[in-house]
Amino acid sequence: MSTVSKEDGFVVFDHVQKSYDGETLVVKDLNLAIGKGEFLTMLGPSGSGKTTCLMMLAGFETATHGDILLGGKPINNIPPHKRGIGMVFQNYALFPHMTVGENLSFPLEVRKMGKAEREEKVRNALDMVQMGDFINRRPAQLSGGQQQRIALARSLVFEPDLVLMDEPLGALDKQLREHMQYEIKHLHDQLGVTVVYVTHDQSEALTMSDRVAVFDDGVIQQLATPDDLYERPENAFVAQFIGENNRLVGVVKDISGDVATVEVDGGGVVTAKAVNCGGAGGRTTLSIRPERVKVGADGGPNRTDAEVLELIYLGDHIRCRMRVLGNEEFIVKIPNAADNKRLVVGEKTTVGWETEDCRALDAS
Amino acid sequence: MSDVTGPIVTADGVPLKRKLAQAMFRSRARAFGLALPLLAFIIVAFIIPILTLLWRGVHDSRFADYMPRTTEAVAQWDTKSPITEDMAAAIVADMVVAKKKHTIGRVATRVNRELPGTRSLFTSTARKAKKMKPPYLEALLKKDEKWGDNATWQAIKITAKTYTPAYLLQAVDLKYNADGSITRQPERYRIYMKLLIRTMRISLIVTLATLVLGYPVAYLLSTLPVRTSNLLLILVLLPFWTSLLVRTTSWIAILQSEGVLNNLFVLFGITTDQQRFSMIYNETGVLIAMTHILLPFMILPLYSVMKTIPPSYVRAAKSMGARPATAFWRVYFPQSVPGIGAGALLVFILAIGYYITPALVGGEDGQMISNMIDFHMRKSLNWNLAAALGAVLLVVVLFFFWLYDRLVGIDNMKLG
Ligand SMILES: Nc1ncnc2c1ncn2[C@@H]1O[C@H](COP(=O)(O)OP(=O)(O)OP(=O)(O)O)[C@@H](O)[C@H]1O
Ligand SMILES: [Mg+2]
Repeated sequence: MSTVSKEDGFVVFDHVQKSYDGETLVVKDLNLAIGKGEFLTMLGPSGSGKTTCLMMLAGFETATHGDILLGGKPINNIPPHKRGIGMVFQNYALFPHMTVGENLSFPLEVRKMGKAEREEKVRNALDMVQMGDFINRRPAQLSGGQQQRIALARSLVFEPDLVLMDEPLGALDKQLREHMQYEIKHLHDQLGVTVVYVTHDQSEALTMSDRVAVFDDGVIQQLATPDDLYERPENAFVAQFIGENNRLVGVVKDISGDVATVEVDGGGVVTAKAVNCGGAGGRTTLSIRPERVKVGADGGPNRTDAEVLELIYLGDHIRCRMRVLGNEEFIVKIPNAADNKRLVVGEKTTVGWETEDCRALDAS
Repeated sequence: MSDVTGPIVTADGVPLKRKLAQAMFRSRARAFGLALPLLAFIIVAFIIPILTLLWRGVHDSRFADYMPRTTEAVAQWDTKSPITEDMAAAIVADMVVAKKKHTIGRVATRVNRELPGTRSLFTSTARKAKKMKPPYLEALLKKDEKWGDNATWQAIKITAKTYTPAYLLQAVDLKYNADGSITRQPERYRIYMKLLIRTMRISLIVTLATLVLGYPVAYLLSTLPVRTSNLLLILVLLPFWTSLLVRTTSWIAILQSEGVLNNLFVLFGITTDQQRFSMIYNETGVLIAMTHILLPFMILPLYSVMKTIPPSYVRAAKSMGARPATAFWRVYFPQSVPGIGAGALLVFILAIGYYITPALVGGEDGQMISNMIDFHMRKSLNWNLAAALGAVLLVVVLFFFWLYDRLVGIDNMKLG
């Protein structure tokens, strides 16, 4: 799935730009092809232009420049109601003056569907989200999670090929959110519908998506599968934004093959996998995941001194904050295994990591 | 589980319920104390005057106070049988007193309302009353034949009632007869129902007109960015800063037959110089001026409701395939109904009691019920009828309030 070309994409953004005020670009040259049946998540910090992209796709905002294609056809001039795109809004947008049943029946009514057929579809859609008993309730009489499910059912009841979801789980508590993530994913697998999902919760993006587009400042920083994104971030922003990350900054001394030798600003020289660091003499950011750092004698090729500054007991693992190469925020995760030696605060030890677990990225 | 039996008590042993009641009492007393000055003001300046005025609509003790003997005598009389000597004697005796105390004029005015033309009968007879000798009936008849007329005495019998439905009935074009029956007023006296219907018609048209004109404006205001909408809102409120009188009279300048609008019509050949439209000093003028004046009262509640309708509802409807018109009617409009209800009720109730504008630009056929109330208060000095007309107006307003509550629900109303 990780290679969908412009030609066979179901949804394609082709050099799309958007500006609201004519001065700043909120979306800068967006190129994105989404395959049919794919679950693609747009992930990024607040204000990075995710909602804007979704609104352009749904037809509520017009692209300042570029084309958006749906099923191979440009849709710039098609009004929203003719696009046939289902949508789940952040605040659910359930019509408060209609019952749950009427809400779900609405998209079918405007399609002039017969009463019997409508009722059957509404019932099926409600059963799909296990809300069959709530057909006569009003939205105000439902809990947040229940409203969310109704919104989901409503966006799917008219069987669109594409469903957009703008932070649909943002208002739910953690437990419910995780449960709903699972249900949405399940529905996606079951129905084979294409989903474009917006969130700024990275764990949500990683657990649900086929691919994730990481947005920042109106640009896609990286478009990749969740495991690629986590394990092989292509730039410092993605490395920092997805998961926990240790940053070391320094200057590239030498590159041979894909191994870079880097002199870290805090003193010391390490080897890293050259990903996106330019040539010798350039500055670079090194990224190492906390769980890939080994503590003690068997540390691997990049051995360096470390001092334990803080220990946080988390049950299954212990988070250890250390001073490493001048960085006092260096985090190491030590599994709580029986044979692991207990560290104490102030202890001097060594840490190390494999060369390919340390990625030399752009200097951000 | 605790093993508490009996009432729960607080730490110092006082039953919880009593403690709570004490605490509640203090906060209620505080609230009451804060509202007390306004409450007192409203009672003194609003409720008491209204109640006393309404009281006059059913209570009129003038005749009974000044003519006690006559009042007693006609109470026995069955309105059909001939006039008795007792009645004649009573009225002569009363007239002597009334003449001396200078109250006969008021009595005469009062009876004259029931039977036009009896004023002079009373005043002239009273002048001679002192010299009359028994048998009084004969003496009265000698003075004026009308004293033998049952109609005269029937008018007296109606007037003698202290609590009377006569005014209220008159306000709806019905007539209360001496024998207690109720009939319709003679054709030429039926004016109040016509006026009331006209008042309601004008109010309804004005309400509809403000709705039709105000809804799009309120919608526009609610969709614009806050800065722009605030600016426009000030423009909407601008009329409030100019005196009502100025606004009304400027409509005269615009609408009169030699006015701005007619001149423009002639200029553009829409009409000729001889056939200028008459748009003022009639109902049209009242409709135009009142619509203009009451428009903000429609726009403001509409705006405050529309502002709270998130745009995502209409977007959701469109994303589900609804055409813009369908999305509007099925999704947006129902949610703006509380605003429509509040605005319409406000405008209608203001309009139904409107006074200055119809008085200034209404001419003959643009007068409304309040103008008639004013006429009876200040010109004809028939305060009882004015009060009765006011009561009828109040009932109409309450009726529409009730209707609104039935159709929309009063707790659905949003004024801001
Ligand atoms: N209607 C609008 N008019 C002007 N500027 C807007 C408008 N909508 C969004 N913007 C601006 O565009 C930028 C991107 O907004 P957008 O809503 O797409 O962000 P987002 O990625 O969805 O953020 P969030 O995670 O907070 O929802 C922001 O800087 C925002 O201020
Ligand atoms: Mg957003």
